[in-house]
Amino acid sequence: MKKESMTSMQRVLTTLGHNEPDRVPLFLLVTMHGAKELGMSIKDYFEKAEHVVEGQIRLRAKYSHDCLYTFFYAPVEVEAWGGEVIYAPDGPPNSGRPFISSADMINRLIPPDIKMTPCLAKVIKATQLLKARTGDDCPIIGVVMSPFSLPVMQMGFEHYLDLMIERPGLFEKLMRVNEDFCVEWANAQLAAGATAICYFDPIASPTIVPREIFIRTGFEVARRTLGRIKGPPATHLASGRVLPIINDIVQTGAAVVGVSCVENLTDIKAACRGKISVLGNLNGIEMRRWSAKEADEKVRQAILQAGPGGGFIVSDNHGEIPWAVPDETLLAIGEAVRRHGIYPISGA
Amino acid sequence: MTNMARLFEQALLSVDRLEARRLVEVAAKEQTPLELVDHMIVPALTRIGELWERGDAALSQVYMSGRICEELVDGILPPDDPRRKDQPPMAIAVLDDYHLLGKRIVHAVLRAGGFELKDYGRVTVDELVNKAKNDRISVLLISTLMLHSALHVRDVVEKIKIEGFGARVVVGGAPFRFDDHLWRDVGADAMGLSASDVPDIVQSIMGGRL
Repeated sequence: MKKESMTSMQRVLTTLGHNEPDRVPLFLLVTMHGAKELGMSIKDYFEKAEHVVEGQIRLRAKYSHDCLYTFFYAPVEVEAWGGEVIYAPDGPPNSGRPFISSADMINRLIPPDIKMTPCLAKVIKATQLLKARTGDDCPIIGVVMSPFSLPVMQMGFEHYLDLMIERPGLFEKLMRVNEDFCVEWANAQLAAGATAICYFDPIASPTIVPREIFIRTGFEVARRTLGRIKGPPATHLASGRVLPIINDIVQTGAAVVGVSCVENLTDIKAACRGKISVLGNLNGIEMRRWSAKEADEKVRQAILQAGPGGGFIVSDNHGEIPWAVPDETLLAIGEAVRRHGIYPISGA
Repeated sequence: MTNMARLFEQALLSVDRLEARRLVEVAAKEQTPLELVDHMIVPALTRIGELWERGDAALSQVYMSGRICEELVDGILPPDDPRRKDQPPMAIAVLDDYHLLGKRIVHAVLRAGGFELKDYGRVTVDELVNKAKNDRISVLLISTLMLHSALHVRDVVEKIKIEGFGARVVVGGAPFRFDDHLWRDVGADAMGLSASDVPDIVQSIMGGRL
């Protein structure tokens, strides 16, 4: 096995420039595994920024992957708006009952003040502490929910689809409020030390809404929002399909796109080459039962399909590794990337 | 597929309620309500489900189609109409979380197909088993979005065995779509890749084929 010659930051920036670094970068988007590492419950772990900082540092040392991830849990933004977060002992904190109980409440929504909101201030503090401890050696990935996808947690999926399709005026009003918050939240994380922002936008996927609806809704929202974020954005569709809208995603200004295992990675790479980098596409659900041999083969295939030419980061396809995925599998994925991901990719 | 069925499917995919209603009214002049459900509504929902599985339709279209069809069927075949299908006692629930859309779609598709079922909403494992036992449920439909919730179906299956009321468990939702071993791993009796699979699964259970 050849020696690696770059820091994680150099490796990632090289691949984002559509050039081949020393090896394919690996983002293991682990969140809850930090709690296992510190021997505490998931709820206790996310109570303090210091826990997450220590967890992220230990997990990176353990798996030798190429990013630090300041994603606490999906409903942290909903919590900031006054919504409920439900903790589970064996899964990610989840959003509770939607806090927008009637569509008319949208007219009275006031976005949270980031500095005055404890759950958001905790994420900012974790970002600052990670930056202080790691400097410029490793990218720190901050996270926002897109203004277009956040309403699933704000008002419930069913009511949100009704709003999007049947009440365009009120929908637009919600988008404007959410956009202002999203931009401020992303820029606060960048100012705290985040290198890039992962813009989770599952509703944009053609798995969820048809392209014609996306073009007149989520596409415009993303273009307006990403244009105001002062750092590189990575759009992630959280396991949804992307191929039919890949050129639209490029036009929104995203530098990276998170892709799903339900689409052919060779096709995705062909559509993205030189335009946008690809992040993916290991199946995080199946991963819980992979043997080390299966993990090795899945990683090898992904690297062969999307590695050549750079512009590719190995990751899971959802943006968060499930709690049920064992350490041995994550270690096997790391080893496989180091075994098969050295440039030039042999066998490609 | 008849031209009428094709037009109906197109109206659903375009979320054109008025056209869908007009087509049902035209068809109702020549077919009984049950024939209309079986020959026009269920096939359209099945086809839209297949399109979604292939990536050629979106979840929003599956959801809106189910809702429109549910409304139309309620108009021609009210919930207490004796012509609704003879069926085992059924219930549907979401395990552990507030991601309710999948349940809503399956509920709508089943009702649009002439079935009736209880909706338990969001429940824990114990709540689900207790409710199902009290209602003497034979077919229990469980929707999940998160992997850990899907893994909790195993607890439901074990508690049903302990309680001894023999309900058959049918699961669906993203974790099961992304891992085709998972439904067997948790001990479910069947898995629906999309909502439109569920009426056939229920028919198979009713016919003793599952």
